[in-house]
Amino acid sequence: MTVASALALVLALLLVSIAMWTVVTRRTFAAVEGFVAYGLLLSIAWVALSAIDVALTEAAIGGGLTGVLLIGAAARLRTAETALSAERAGAPLRWLAAAVSAAVAGAIAFGVLLLPDPAPTLAPAVSEHLPSIGLGNAVTAVLLAYRGIDTLLESIVVVFALIGVWSLAPDHLWGGYPGPRQYADPNSILAYLARVLPPIGIIVGLYIFWVGADLPGGKFQGATILAAMWLLVMMAGLTDAPPINRTWLRILLVAGPLLFIAIGFAGAVTAGAVLAYPEGYAKLLIKVIEAALMPTLTLTLALLVAGAPERTAPP
Amino acid sequence: MNVPTLFGLCAAALVGFGLYGVITNPQPLRKILAFNLIGNGVFLLFGAIARRGAAAGFGGDPVPQGLLITGIVVAFSATALAVALLLRLFQATGSATLADDQPAKAEADDLHA
Repeated sequence: MTVASALALVLALLLVSIAMWTVVTRRTFAAVEGFVAYGLLLSIAWVALSAIDVALTEAAIGGGLTGVLLIGAAARLRTAETALSAERAGAPLRWLAAAVSAAVAGAIAFGVLLLPDPAPTLAPAVSEHLPSIGLGNAVTAVLLAYRGIDTLLESIVVVFALIGVWSLAPDHLWGGYPGPRQYADPNSILAYLARVLPPIGIIVGLYIFWVGADLPGGKFQGATILAAMWLLVMMAGLTDAPPINRTWLRILLVAGPLLFIAIGFAGAVTAGAVLAYPEGYAKLLIKVIEAALMPTLTLTLALLVAGAPERTAPP
Repeated sequence: MNVPTLFGLCAAALVGFGLYGVITNPQPLRKILAFNLIGNGVFLLFGAIARRGAAAGFGGDPVPQGLLITGIVVAFSATALAVALLLRLFQATGSATLADDQPAKAEADDLHA
């Protein structure tokens, strides 16, 4: 057994143990903390699977933003925790659930062992057409050229999710500030980090966005880092989330997907197919779309974590 | 056993534990967590399949890898919507459980009083 496969084995065992622990532990807060550690380990698993772009996304979104979201929710639900931790499903249900889960896991494992060899792959097709797009990163090419429709729909789905979150506001708070106002001791380590980290984080985020054309990275990873920096400043109480009735905010939230749709339909005229790019302009148009999606994604991801409006709108 | 198969089996275990958690845990936040485990399992299986498709100088098939990035972002937005629904339920009822036995809810209310 080589060192790499031994490390992979340890990683897989750790992942499964932490996953089991987050399910069986009685304390919700501990389960959420375990889930954050698990998200970071999962991003190492992506590296082991040679999926660096996915690893960046997992570390930023799976380990980072999801962690902030769940820890925030667990902290707010703590008052109900004592009563809830006593709750447990009955033994017959637990045994039945264990049997069903084991059967499903067993069926998937059986499928994994029976995967066809040699494995089907689209890698040669991607490689063949990559020069005509002018990008060095095949994953970015897949996201914005070969499977542009997925990315377009996804950029709309995240905005829809945000509209869903906002629509949970009670009528009198519609248009107000998302979530509770955060306060932190101005001399605390949180306030210190919220002043020191954002300049570095903003540069890292923009860099990851920019190199995404040729190296692992891209708009999702970059936007998540920018969103995390904004959330850090918000959590330290140094700034507040904008009230959701702001016109500039709403324009920015739809600008990215709208431009993507416009360029997509322009492709029908200039390149003969919707979401196709005219010869020689592919890289330029892809960077334009990504640049337009950056503010949309940054705002959407951060405001999804900030939550539904809970304070009245300013006059 | 090679690395993709190992993580494929790991993915199967994640789906199993996640499913068990979704069924047995009455607290919605724990159900959301467990549901994310199922999602991660599905992603990891897809990632293992992508790794098996390594060819033409790529460490893995870039098409599933691209779809995975889309999937992770969509899973996050669904989780955020679920958490927002849960917090709203908690604000409206003072309780954060789906269990249908009333005593648990009454205890949570007492705690608030």
